Amino acid sequence: MARLPYIGLLAGLLLACSPAAAQTTLRIGLAEDPDVLDPTLARTYVGRIVFASLCDKLFDIDDQLNIVPQLALSHATSEDGKTVTIKLRGGVKFHDGTAMDATAVKASLERHMSLQGSFRRPELAAVDKVEIADPATVLLHLKSPFSPLIAQLADRAGMILSAKAIAEEGDKFGLKPVCAGPFKFVERVQQDRIVLEKFADYWNAANVHIDRVVFRPIVESTVRLANLKSGSLDMIERALATDLKEIKADPKLKLATQIEIGYQGLTLNLANGEAGKNGPFGKDPRVRQALEAAIDRKALSDVVFNGEYLPGNQWVSPKNAYYQQKFPVPGRDVAKAKKLLAEAGVATPVSVDFMVPNNPESRQAAEVIQAMAQEAGFDLKIRVTEFATSLNEAEQGRFQAYFIGWSGRVDPDGNSYIFFKCKAPQNNGHFCSKDVDQWLDDARQVNKLEERKAIYEKVAEKYLKEGSIIYLYHRLVIIAHSNKLEGYHQLPDGLVRVVGVRLKP
Amino acid sequence: MLLFLGKRLLQLLPTLFFVSLIIFSLQQLLPGDPALAMAGEERDPAVLEQIRRQYRLDQPLYVQYVYWVGGVLSGNLGESMRLKEPVLTLIAQKFPVTLQLALMAILISLLIGVSAGVISAVKKNTPIDYAVNLVALWGISTPNFWLGIMLIFLFAVYLGWLPASGYVGPLEDFWLSLKTTILPAFVLGNSFAAVLMRHTRSAMLQAMSSDYVRTARAKGLAERKVVLKHAMRNALTPVVTLGALELGTLLSGAVLTEQVFSIPGFGKLIVDSVFNRDYAVVQGVTLVTATTYILLNLLADIAYVLINPRLRS
Repeated sequence: MARLPYIGLLAGLLLACSPAAAQTTLRIGLAEDPDVLDPTLARTYVGRIVFASLCDKLFDIDDQLNIVPQLALSHATSEDGKTVTIKLRGGVKFHDGTAMDATAVKASLERHMSLQGSFRRPELAAVDKVEIADPATVLLHLKSPFSPLIAQLADRAGMILSAKAIAEEGDKFGLKPVCAGPFKFVERVQQDRIVLEKFADYWNAANVHIDRVVFRPIVESTVRLANLKSGSLDMIERALATDLKEIKADPKLKLATQIEIGYQGLTLNLANGEAGKNGPFGKDPRVRQALEAAIDRKALSDVVFNGEYLPGNQWVSPKNAYYQQKFPVPGRDVAKAKKLLAEAGVATPVSVDFMVPNNPESRQAAEVIQAMAQEAGFDLKIRVTEFATSLNEAEQGRFQAYFIGWSGRVDPDGNSYIFFKCKAPQNNGHFCSKDVDQWLDDARQVNKLEERKAIYEKVAEKYLKEGSIIYLYHRLVIIAHSNKLEGYHQLPDGLVRVVGVRLKP
Repeated sequence: MLLFLGKRLLQLLPTLFFVSLIIFSLQQLLPGDPALAMAGEERDPAVLEQIRRQYRLDQPLYVQYVYWVGGVLSGNLGESMRLKEPVLTLIAQKFPVTLQLALMAILISLLIGVSAGVISAVKKNTPIDYAVNLVALWGISTPNFWLGIMLIFLFAVYLGWLPASGYVGPLEDFWLSLKTTILPAFVLGNSFAAVLMRHTRSAMLQAMSSDYVRTARAKGLAERKVVLKHAMRNALTPVVTLGALELGTLLSGAVLTEQVFSIPGFGKLIVDSVFNRDYAVVQGVTLVTATTYILLNLLADIAYVLINPRLRS
C-alpha cells in the first residue's frame, strides 16, 4: 500500500511528459500595437484581431459575410422593425466564472451606449433601450427600424463583457479585460506582447486546440516576416503583397488570403472650405469623372501591388453581394477624360493639391495615379503628410484630393452612410444630396438583401458620378503562417480566429 | 565637492522648469488634433467632444499646463489617452528595458572603441592603424536600420542562433535576455564605437607626444605601463564626456533600433505616442529623459574629477 503514492507520482510524471500534455503556444506577429483592450473604448483594426480570441460577440460572420450566431442563438425583428429579440446561448461563462446572461448583455450594451468616450455609441445610436425578457432573452427597442444593427452586433458593439468586471473596473476594464471568448487575458506589456491562455470553461472549448496565444506587435514588415521565417513566430498578419512571392517559395510557410471588406480610394473635396469651394472638383462633376477615366485601376494594382489587389469602383468589393453589377469597374479612357475636361470648361492642366499619408504603399500608388492623371490634363501635386496630421487637414478641408481608405464594415451601410450623408462625420469632401440622404435612410429601414440592393442601386447611380470618393481597389488580407499550423481559415474581415486551429509540434 | 554637488543640484530646478515649459509648448505646435488622432476611423463628433472634455483639451493651454505641472509635482504624470494606463506605469515598464540596452551598447562601444583607438594610436601610420580607421569609417557610415535588418537575417533567419526580435527581461531568463539584446546593443554600440575610436586615437596621440609621457619613457618604464597608466588615463577625459552624453542619448530611446528589433523601450513608446498625439506620454517620457540627461552630465563632471585629480582644486 505504501507504494501507491509513488505509482501515482510516476503516472503523473508520465502524463506530464506525454505529447498530449505539451503546451501549444501560438505566436502571432501584429503590424501595430493595439490600443486599449476595452471593446467599448477600442478603435483600432489591430485591436479587433486580439478581441477575436478574447471577447466573443453576440454574432459573427461567415465566408460570405452572412451573420451567424456566436453568444446569441437567434434573432428576430418585429413587424414594425422597432423591436429585436435576441435569444442567448445557455451555459456560457465569462473568464471570471460569472454567467453570460441577459443581465450581462444589458449591462454591456448600456455601457457601450453610455460610457464616456465610447466609440460604440454611434454604432448603437438606433437602440433606445435594452430590456431583459428572461435570463436567456433580451429585447432591443429601437428608435426607428435599423437593418444594420445585427451586423453591428457582429463586431465590437456586440462584445459582451462580464458585468462584475465592468462594475469593479469601470473605465480601467481594458487593463484586465474579462469577456467570454476562447482565451482569457494573462498579461500585456505595452508594445511587446499580449498573452492569452485557453479558457477551460469556454462554451466551444472542444474546438480550441491551442493553449496560449501570444500577440507580438512588430511594425516593420520585413522584420515580421524574418521572425516568421526564423520560427520566432507562427503567424503574421498584413504581410506585404510584394512579399507574396518569397512566402510562396518558402516550403515552411503557408498563406491565407481574402479580399478585404474595406476599400482604398481618392476623396475629392467638393465643398469643404476654401480649397473645396475654389477647387476643380466642386465646380463640375465632369472633372471628377475625367480624373476617374484617367486612372487605370488594373495597372495600378499590377505596378504597385504585384496584381494582388482587386480593382474596385464601389464602396463594397466586386465579390460582395451588394456590389452593383450594373456599374462595373470602368477601364482607362484618356480621350474621354480629356473630352470631359473640355466640356467642363476648366483650364488644363488642372492643378490639384493631392494629400497622401506618409507610408510607402500610399506614396507609390499616389505617384502612379499622378503619372496617369497627367496624361489626361491633371497636375496632381503630391503632398505627403503624416497620418494624424492628414486626418486633421481633411477635417478642416485643407486638401483637394486625399488618398485614404476604410477598413470596412460587414454591412454596406458601414461603408457608405457616414461618408455620403450631408454633414456626416467622415464626409470630408462635403458631398451633399437630399436624394442620397433619403435613400440611405430608406436602406436602413428594410431587411431583405434584394430590397436594400435596389435602393443602393439608386445611390450608386448618383454617387459614382457625382460623389466625393473615387474607389480604386480592395486590398488583399494576407496572413502568412507556419506549415505546422493546421485548419486556419481566413475570413474577409481580416481578423485571426484561433478556434479550430491546431499547431503541430 | 559637496558644495559643487549642491550647486549643480540647485541648478537642476530652473533647468527642469524650462524643460517642462518647452516640452509642453513645443508639442502643442504639432499639427493634428489629439482627439481626432485617437479616434482614427471612428470619428463621431459627439464622442470627439467627450474626449476633448475628458482630457481637458478644450481648456486654454495655460490651464492644461497648470494641471499637468500640478500632477507632476504630486507624482502623477497623467494617463495615456490611447492605452488608459498611467504614464508612470508605462515609464516604469520601459525604463529598465532602455537602461539595459543603453548600458550594453555603451559597454560594447567602450570595449571596441577605446581599445581600437589606443591600438590605432600606438601603431600610428601602420597597416593596423589604417585597418582600424577603415573599420571605424564603416561603423560611422553604416545606418543602424540597415545593419539591424542584415544582422537579423544573418543570425536569426540563416544561422538560427538568435531570436529575430523581441525582448525578455534579465530577471525572467538571463541568457534569453542576453540573446534578445545582444544584436540591438551591438547595432547601437557599433556606430558609437567608431566615434569613440576616433576620439580616443586623437587624444592618445596628443597624450603620447606630451612631456610627461616622454619623461615616463626616459625613466625607463615599460611601454605598456606608459601607454595604459600615463597616456590613457589623461586621454580618457574627453571619452568620459562623450560616453556620458551618449548614454543620455541612448536613454532617451533608440528609435530606429528599437523599431527594427521590436524592443519595447522609450524610443518605441515616444514614437507611437507622437504619432497618436498621446500628449501625456510624450510629456512624461521627455521629462524623465531630460532629467536623466541632466543628471548624467552631472555624473560626467564628477567622473572628470575622479579621473583627473588636477581638476579637484
